[in-house]
Amino acid sequence: MQNKAGIGTRTKLMQGNEACALGAIAAGVRFFAGYPITPSTEIAEDLSALLPRVGGKFIQMEDEIASISAVIGASLTGTKSLTATSGPGFSLKQESIGFAAIAEIPCVIVNVMRVGPSTGVPTAPSQADVMQARWGTHGDHPVVVLCPSSVAETYTLIIEAFNISEKWRIPVVFLMDEGIGHMREKIEIPNSDELKIIDRVRPVCNPNDYLPFDADKGDGTVPPMADFGTGYRYHLTGLTHDKTGFPTTQRPEVDALIRRLNSKMDKAKQEVTFIDEVLMDDADIVVFAYGISARAGARAVREARESGISAGLLKTKTLWPFPDEYVEEIASQVKAIIVPEMNMGQLVLEVERAVKGRTKVISLTRVDAEPISPDEILSALKGV
Amino acid sequence: MYKEIRLSGTGGQGLILAGIILAEAAGVYDGYNVIQTQSYGPEARGGASRAEVIISDSVIDYPKVTSPDIVLIMSEQACDKYGNQVKTGGIVLLDDTNVDSRPVLDGASIIALPITEIARHDVGRQVVANVVALGALVGVSKVVTPEALEKAVLSRVPKGTEDLNMKAFHMGLERGRRAMTEHETP
Amino acid sequence: MAKPITYYLRTDKMPHIWCEGCGHGIVLSAVLRAVDSLGLDKDDVCVVSGIGCASRAPGYLDFDTLHTTHGRALAFATGIKTMKPNLNVLVLTGDGDLAAIGGNHLIHAARRNINLTTICFNNSIYGMTSGQYSPMTPTGKMATTAPYGHIEEPFDLCELVFSAGASFVARGTCYHANPLSKLIAKAIAVNGFSFVEAISQCPTYYGRRNKMRDALVMLDWQKEHAVTKRAASRLSPEELKDKFIIGELGTRTRPEYTERYESIIKAATKETDDNV
Repeated sequence: MQNKAGIGTRTKLMQGNEACALGAIAAGVRFFAGYPITPSTEIAEDLSALLPRVGGKFIQMEDEIASISAVIGASLTGTKSLTATSGPGFSLKQESIGFAAIAEIPCVIVNVMRVGPSTGVPTAPSQADVMQARWGTHGDHPVVVLCPSSVAETYTLIIEAFNISEKWRIPVVFLMDEGIGHMREKIEIPNSDELKIIDRVRPVCNPNDYLPFDADKGDGTVPPMADFGTGYRYHLTGLTHDKTGFPTTQRPEVDALIRRLNSKMDKAKQEVTFIDEVLMDDADIVVFAYGISARAGARAVREARESGISAGLLKTKTLWPFPDEYVEEIASQVKAIIVPEMNMGQLVLEVERAVKGRTKVISLTRVDAEPISPDEILSALKGV
Repeated sequence: MYKEIRLSGTGGQGLILAGIILAEAAGVYDGYNVIQTQSYGPEARGGASRAEVIISDSVIDYPKVTSPDIVLIMSEQACDKYGNQVKTGGIVLLDDTNVDSRPVLDGASIIALPITEIARHDVGRQVVANVVALGALVGVSKVVTPEALEKAVLSRVPKGTEDLNMKAFHMGLERGRRAMTEHETP
Repeated sequence: MAKPITYYLRTDKMPHIWCEGCGHGIVLSAVLRAVDSLGLDKDDVCVVSGIGCASRAPGYLDFDTLHTTHGRALAFATGIKTMKPNLNVLVLTGDGDLAAIGGNHLIHAARRNINLTTICFNNSIYGMTSGQYSPMTPTGKMATTAPYGHIEEPFDLCELVFSAGASFVARGTCYHANPLSKLIAKAIAVNGFSFVEAISQCPTYYGRRNKMRDALVMLDWQKEHAVTKRAASRLSPEELKDKFIIGELGTRTRPEYTERYESIIKAATKETDDNV
């Protein structure tokens, strides 16, 4: 372990990647499979040391696809399972993420974003995988995407990622970036009794009566999930399937499955939406930001206030499902929404969709491998 | 209090570790808020290397250094690149074992010390130049307490090298303090 | 006393999707007779597959069954086995699924020597997509993507997997169904990565294009071309041309992956205790 400091104490200096690994352990993760890739490798390195200490297991697989596949396999045994990667590896994992979505297998995929496409700049931050995280695999699939903007937030948010994944039986993509992954900040590690940890619901019925994809007895959305090897003896497939888990091409059954899967996004929306409001009470210009860009946004808003501009910051930790009703409501109260992103303007498209023309939306983009600076946002605030 | 510190030099000089130690001293042992970042080339040795630390008693929003209060320069290349990027009233601490030129500064101080030479001859191992530099940096700037830095050094250096590193730290601290006194009393 | 094969089948999921004359049912019954001969409890067996005709097999089996993505069955199975080492994990796969798109996972699972049993239903063709050449299609044969005859050489899968580090490799055929079942039983019993190549027939997409329209002709071909190791040792290289060897082709004892991992856990938890 890199961090020899403060063993046994709760105040630590650590990287975002280390916080991700430690938060995952706190969330109950006991399996990690991964493949080395910059800038996410420290997550694998840390978990290779941490997991066996808590009886968990780490495996470095032969490639990125094998890693996500092994994670799904391990999750089927009832183990909370994680993989971590960056751009090229995230592209490779897409097909299996789709499998996790259709077979409803909880798992979390960390993507520490770097500049792309292709090999790009491995050692510099980017926010250009926002759309890929939502739409990367083929087909209409549900996926929740969370994005931390500090080391401390990485620790707590990865726990939320697992809670959401377990509760909704849905893959959760955890979008970090090189800046957050590699920066070190002081964090206070929460006590384990302060944390809310959610585990998937398991069936209590007689194995003979178990229908693995029948959600009717619950809220109609998420069926209970049996661990492999516990006598339920059921079938899972990436084909469209009926309530028994067996393949079907019957139109009403296909329709029911795809609609039920996607309904998770709507039903979960409220409870998976995490937005911090900073100086928003009387704000008439809003910076809507996430990840490392939200840090520049915070400084810009503070400085704008000093020069008499009523600026506020909405820092969203949830990128998908996009909090459109929330943004729509804000839109009617402000003169402009500025959206700074380290990409060519991805989440701003969702903001524009949600705003429906009610206010001005300004896109600030930066793609030179450097984080957006507070000055860039400040001058946009002044320009409104 | 809000201080930005930039440590710059060449890969292999241990500047990223120095940045981590400084940040840990400030954050874990002195109780400030702190952020440490770095940039480095793909090569482990020889490329340009830079670590940045921000120390504050309030929340630190933007994690990058924009206008440093203290700049450590350990290579000629770093001097060219970062030598004159220092705040008015700030300090440039320069290792004159490796750096011959001097940045032209307006309203900031230059403190030159033979940091690598001190490590090599007075301490006995060139590899601890980064810890000599940290000592000197604390000596000239008081940005963290010597006690905090000492603890942070001990928690981060390899087992068995504690005495060597303590020697390096105290030599650097002493030389830094002395240089600052000389600088302030012309 | 052997249980009827239907004991292990989800008979309500029949009829199966395989064509008339397909050899996969014979291989599958060999697998089930092997499971039965070992007296394994149905709750302790997990079957994983990829994509393709052979990979549809798990759907008909009354175990925990997982039909995954194309080529990745071994990777999924590795996750299951790592976290539930007591489960008997069988991977049922075809030659395209295993040797082409899944080839990397195959050699690495063998190298790791993780206690999985892989049965390759080798019919030398992509049947599910109606007859494209696979890494196991013999040179000169016809396929929808080899309309002028195939110009590549196939793998010797058993040699490949054994070289990569497997504990057990064997080859059988549908024609030699009983010996095949015994080989599979041996493979399951091995503590390490075990591999059985089961030569199967696809009259619909391979046979029809290669002058073996009739499944019986294809079974005859298996009978004529398979030789045991002992028989092979008496044949000249000339006589061995076009023949393939069946039976156990390699065994070795090596430490098994999940057992080795237990020693890591022991060492790591001891280290943690020491720190407290």
